Amino acid sequence: MSDRITTLHGAGGEVMDRLLADVVLPRLAGRPSGRIPLSAADDGATLDLPRDGEIVFTTDSHVIKPVFFPGGDIGRLAACGTLNDLAVMGARPLVLSLAAILEEGFAIADLERLLDSFAAVIDSVGVSVACGDTKVMPAGELDGIVLTTSGIGVAQRAVSDAGLRVGDRILVTGTIGDHGMALLAARGEFHLTTALVSDVAAIWPLLAPTLEIAGAVHAMKDPTRGGLAAALNEMARKSRTCIEVREAAIPLRPEVRGLSDLLGISPFDVANEGKAILAIDPAHADAVLRTLRRHPLGAAAAEIGCVTAEYPGRVVLATEVGGRRFLDMPLGDPVPRIC
Amino acid sequence: MSHPFRLADPRRARQLADAIHLLAPREPVKLVHVCGTHEIAITRHGLRRLLPETVRVLEGPGCPVCVTPAADIETAIRIAERGAVVCSFGDMLRVPGYGRSLDSARAAGCDIRTVLSADEAVQIAKATRREVVFFAVGFETTAPMTAAVALERAPANLSILLAHKQIPPAMAALLDLPGTGIGGFLAPGHVSTIIGAAGYEESMAHRRMPVVIGGFEPLDILYAVALLLRQIRDGRAIIENGYPRAVESAGNPTAQRLLAEVFEPAPAAWRGIGVLPASGVQFLAEFMQLDARRRFDVGELVESPEDHACRCPDVLTARAMPSDCPLFGTRCTPLSPVGPCMVGSEGACSIWFRYEGERAL
Amino acid sequence: MCLATPARVLSVSGQTAVVDYEGVQTTARLETLNEPVVPGDYVLVHAGFAIQRMSPEDGEVTLRLFDELAASVSQTREGDPSDGLAR
Repeated sequence: MSDRITTLHGAGGEVMDRLLADVVLPRLAGRPSGRIPLSAADDGATLDLPRDGEIVFTTDSHVIKPVFFPGGDIGRLAACGTLNDLAVMGARPLVLSLAAILEEGFAIADLERLLDSFAAVIDSVGVSVACGDTKVMPAGELDGIVLTTSGIGVAQRAVSDAGLRVGDRILVTGTIGDHGMALLAARGEFHLTTALVSDVAAIWPLLAPTLEIAGAVHAMKDPTRGGLAAALNEMARKSRTCIEVREAAIPLRPEVRGLSDLLGISPFDVANEGKAILAIDPAHADAVLRTLRRHPLGAAAAEIGCVTAEYPGRVVLATEVGGRRFLDMPLGDPVPRIC
Repeated sequence: MSHPFRLADPRRARQLADAIHLLAPREPVKLVHVCGTHEIAITRHGLRRLLPETVRVLEGPGCPVCVTPAADIETAIRIAERGAVVCSFGDMLRVPGYGRSLDSARAAGCDIRTVLSADEAVQIAKATRREVVFFAVGFETTAPMTAAVALERAPANLSILLAHKQIPPAMAALLDLPGTGIGGFLAPGHVSTIIGAAGYEESMAHRRMPVVIGGFEPLDILYAVALLLRQIRDGRAIIENGYPRAVESAGNPTAQRLLAEVFEPAPAAWRGIGVLPASGVQFLAEFMQLDARRRFDVGELVESPEDHACRCPDVLTARAMPSDCPLFGTRCTPLSPVGPCMVGSEGACSIWFRYEGERAL
Repeated sequence: MCLATPARVLSVSGQTAVVDYEGVQTTARLETLNEPVVPGDYVLVHAGFAIQRMSPEDGEVTLRLFDELAASVSQTREGDPSDGLAR
């Protein structure tokens, strides 16, 4: 077998079958989804789903540069991204699909590495892969690889991102901006070196115990693209409440502050891939915070603010120095500035 | 506080704000800074909330990206269309020239690279045989880096599209305009690192204006505002250094020498303001071969007229707050900017839109 | 204008220094600097070039300036008309 992806790998013939049999199935087919699982390589798979609770379904496509980055790779990201969408809906993840579009010339060893990362994540949370797809596009028509994952989970009662109530406490599960800033540094174009790594992680094991505190969790959201600022604004808009956060309470790694200052990009505008924002009933805020901090992924969890009625649909930031301003939705992909 | 120069502690901020309240005059006073980084610091930290109502702080022509003429941006794009690699600071990317920006030119297939330093443009030129052009915007802080690159043996395929500007002539021009009513200048700290307090003397001579050089930490800015108000209260008008850890009175002679070895002052067009004498730079004769305008003859470009409902000329000259403009936040937003103050991420209107929104707070 | 960050010098080699700012390392060219620097110094870095040397004590010195101004102004309120202008 060639050590690089060729157009034959996407052509549906013998070469593709061997790629699936040698590279994909050994890594992903370990846990059957139902009577007809991934390993059957049928046109579809069957799922054994629980009969009570709400079924939650989500999908996400993943592109990232570089494909291998400090703290993870696109395989880990594709698994965590969709699992975390389920998790912040309050859903225990059950099953994923995985579709890959590969650029001709992509190294098969790299594909194996990122499938290993994907497999490590799903094994750690006990999720099966039910179905998948592979396509190849000619060199130059795609930048390396695109992974699309859909996921199904089950919730006793799904948690929306709009359920905030005045008086709720706003919690984050850890440091903010790690993924986005680590990627900006990792792209290498700015010649910045740092030990900062992406926070990409599956957070269901962190969030699950908080859902067992009855009545505590009113809303959850994962602050991915657009960062904390976008996620808080979306929560405030949808629930027609005002979120007030204290800048000094938002956990930031020194390196994230450093990159933020060097690049002129706010840490609140860049992506997180292993964090959640929670709106918690004030009576349970301390209990939830203690619960989060008991898990390694939640060691830096913090209460950063509360929900008010002051400016419905807006987010107010009480600044470290004692000022106050709106924290607005980021406009687009942040661009470094020197001026 | 982990870093020795992170100066943001709320107790001291309160003390300085108290001092500002005690020093503030009863009559309204208008203080003007000329620095996008000052505006970002002021809005990002919510500092206007800490000032008394009588003390208004406005941004003048302090965003080098906003005051770069549309013709310069169009020139950069036309150079890129001829196949050259154009290296630009990220600030410049989304600023429209003649209806299109470097960013949209990149989407159309041009090779536009974002750099954090002139040095990166040199490295890019060394790694290719293609022509590489560095789009040199910025004030006195940034111009010495361009000079340093010009002075080293730059690769033959590197040229420079000069758009540097000098701040003191713009401050003087502001004072000579009718209706600006400026009570004092908060002078830009890092420009001052290069030119020193002395760099303002010629422009401010005979103009009797309080000037305080300010740093960029939130406490630095509050301190500088307090010093300005103290000068005003005491009827003084001197050039005062409120950022001594980074600014010496004579500035940075090494950087000044680099500038003098490569450039000479030249008249420059400021978007929204017009041509100001001796407010830009041009290459001295022996560096002309580095001039991208000579290497790529893209023809004479004239400034296109701006929308006349747009009040950017008033905002840039500190005669209006962004929210005084009828287009602000309605027809003119960062996603579809009308005037130059909304286009650069450092422009007063853009910053107001992003950080303060409506003035409810 | 002009984002510049005070970074600590880790090493110097010719006209280039490796500097650290809050755990982020980058290089700074030194041609624009007025005086030599040694590891442990701070330099203000703008667009890849160092433009000013600073010492770690400068932060404390600055805070003292702030405190002096605040104290002198609040004393004036207590009825003392001279607020340290002679300084």
